[in-house]
Amino acid sequence: MLMRGSQIVMECLLEQGVDTVFGYPGGTILNIYDEFELHGYSQKIHHYLTSHEQGASHAADGYARSTGRVGVCFATSGPGATNLVTGIATAYYDSSPVVFITCNVSENLIGKDSFQEVDITGITMPITKCNFLVKDVNELADVIREAFAIARSGRPGPVLVDIAKNITAIQGQYEYLPLAEHPNHGRLATLLRRSNRDLKSPEPNRGDIDKLLELIAQSQRPMVLVGGGVIRSKGAVPEFRRFIETLDAPVGSTIMGGGACPGNHPLFTGMVGMHGSHASNMATAECDLLIAIGCRFSDRVATDPPSFAQNAKIVHIDIDRAEIDKNVQTYHHIIGDARRVLELLNEKLPQHDFSAWRAQVFARKELPHKKDGILHPHEILETVSALTNGDAIIATDVGQHQMWSCQYYHFSRPGQLLTSGGFGTMGFGLGAAMGATAGNPGKVVVHCTGDGCFRMNCHELATVEHYRFPIITIIFDNRTLGMVRQWQNLIYDKRFSQTTLDRGPDFVKLAEAYGLKGFRVKTQAEFEDAFRQALAAGCGCVIDCAIDMDAMVHPMVSGGSPVTEFLLH
Amino acid sequence: MNTIVKRHTLSVLVENTAGVLSQVSRLFSRKGYNIESLAVGTTDDPAVSRITIEVMCGEQQIGQIINQLRKQFSVYSVRLLPPEQSIRRELVLIKVKAESREVRNEVIQIANIFRASIIDVSTQSLTLAIIGQESKDDALEKLLAEFGILELVRTGMVALERGEATIRNNSGNKVREEFDLGKNIL
Repeated sequence: MLMRGSQIVMECLLEQGVDTVFGYPGGTILNIYDEFELHGYSQKIHHYLTSHEQGASHAADGYARSTGRVGVCFATSGPGATNLVTGIATAYYDSSPVVFITCNVSENLIGKDSFQEVDITGITMPITKCNFLVKDVNELADVIREAFAIARSGRPGPVLVDIAKNITAIQGQYEYLPLAEHPNHGRLATLLRRSNRDLKSPEPNRGDIDKLLELIAQSQRPMVLVGGGVIRSKGAVPEFRRFIETLDAPVGSTIMGGGACPGNHPLFTGMVGMHGSHASNMATAECDLLIAIGCRFSDRVATDPPSFAQNAKIVHIDIDRAEIDKNVQTYHHIIGDARRVLELLNEKLPQHDFSAWRAQVFARKELPHKKDGILHPHEILETVSALTNGDAIIATDVGQHQMWSCQYYHFSRPGQLLTSGGFGTMGFGLGAAMGATAGNPGKVVVHCTGDGCFRMNCHELATVEHYRFPIITIIFDNRTLGMVRQWQNLIYDKRFSQTTLDRGPDFVKLAEAYGLKGFRVKTQAEFEDAFRQALAAGCGCVIDCAIDMDAMVHPMVSGGSPVTEFLLH
Repeated sequence: MNTIVKRHTLSVLVENTAGVLSQVSRLFSRKGYNIESLAVGTTDDPAVSRITIEVMCGEQQIGQIINQLRKQFSVYSVRLLPPEQSIRRELVLIKVKAESREVRNEVIQIANIFRASIIDVSTQSLTLAIIGQESKDDALEKLLAEFGILELVRTGMVALERGEATIRNNSGNKVREEFDLGKNIL
């Protein structure tokens, strides 16, 4: 049937089951926004208008991470599109499935440096799985179907579809196609045909699985390292827990693996790497078999690749073949979806007992915390954990508060920790928290941030207020860029160049200016009281927590050093 | 880590659409490698282009680039062509200054020895075309230099594997299948 390009976009979103979109309108994307009113699509698709495109991009990302569905974000051409770039890169580094739909200037204006024209497909080429510029209205539906399929398939990630404005205005052919039929039509069918084999039911190599089982049988000291792959793979977490309990091995995690293994699980050693726990980091050096699932040995985990797990045979399980031997040299690998690989392993893995090895690993304890009446970061997080029964969704920004959140809040399910692990985007948290709230009504969403990060996107408080998102923002306010100051403290001989934030705003007044509730607290008792009030408030709240300027993240390994050589512990 | 730098010839089958070439070349520039030579053209299937790329880098680096190439959705197939099992050719056009009959005769003789063809003649110049590998092309270029080369252009190397092996004939290749697994469309 014939319909306007902009309506085809809406129909394609409905085919995908999309009911939530984040975005910001503008000149070139007007036709698409017009559909919400003209043909009543606002009845079926809820559009959240943010304060800035970056906020919309993080919200779509946070929605995708917390629900496991594909996030959708709209923006106009030029600055609208470039404002998405940080959000797209954030999604790309953490393999989050988001489809970004931008409109460009009309075809007759493309390439003429027209008003608000930018080559966004060129700009986002390195930070998307794939991107498209649509210049034919009859291809529009096909491209959007392919974009969604690519975003959610294999190793998920962002895809950008840029549509010339005139394409959204002219009539084109559209026929409804159920989701299950998409791989049999158009560009997707071509993509599948060009590949050598039937990609619809990819299976890991059984020989590779058996080889790992043999290695496990020979091992005396196995260890598991879990990454974001187990979080992204649908249904992998129950298989993963069965696997580790049958294997009976200590389990370390990357930041993106948070939630795969419950934080209070007796096999869980904590994070590995730069801010890894003592038990985790020492175990990687002492184990004789390291089974890494869905992680990529980034420089924050394998701080010194040649010495990382040097006494172990490293077995890498990942869906992306390009990750194998990229950062560390592995002994064996299995390519496949984490859930399927773990299922196959669980079918054959006998129950093991590594209690002596576990005892050795868990004998290492972290330093006890001081109790001196001033508010410590771990006290904040332990209070949050207790008052939310460990069930809240935690969105973080980047820096010390991020590490503290990962260390002291015990995550128990995928999609519970929303953090920019790979790209390290300051300002990610509030947007992600908005996306999580939109996608998980009824869940408590807590935004942990620092005073530096919060100021980067605090204008989204207007969005929080407008949509009555009951997000609780906790500012770990040390009046400095804490993580950078920590490095300056330890490595730069205490030269605190440009990291002291001895300036406004007054966060309580700021919250009030946006129509939200603000609290300022200095002790654990005050924090607990404020957090209880915030939980009961039913609206967005900001709790400004004064913490020590020189509070540090323990332990710490400096970049380039082996993970066993702690700078601080 | 292996850091012996040598010439590698890559053959890549890609979707014939806008942006694919920059997507492919970007992977080289990102790693900081200068592409020595690049040739692109459609194949027997007009929807598919074949890119031949030559690059100087180490063994491990070329492996990483191949991995990244294979990940791209617009890339259908990647093959590293081993020098001993492949044929490589490039076409070079050389415009030589030839203002006298003697010079023209001498250039024509040199062209004959090298099996180069004269494709354009004027009273002031001769243009030669030669197909070969760098050793032959460089030798000719060196001989012609003394007459004065006005212009020179190369197509860039194109290459194929010797024998019946083809870039599509990859069945049973485990690495290739592993990459397809990562691209799965469910």
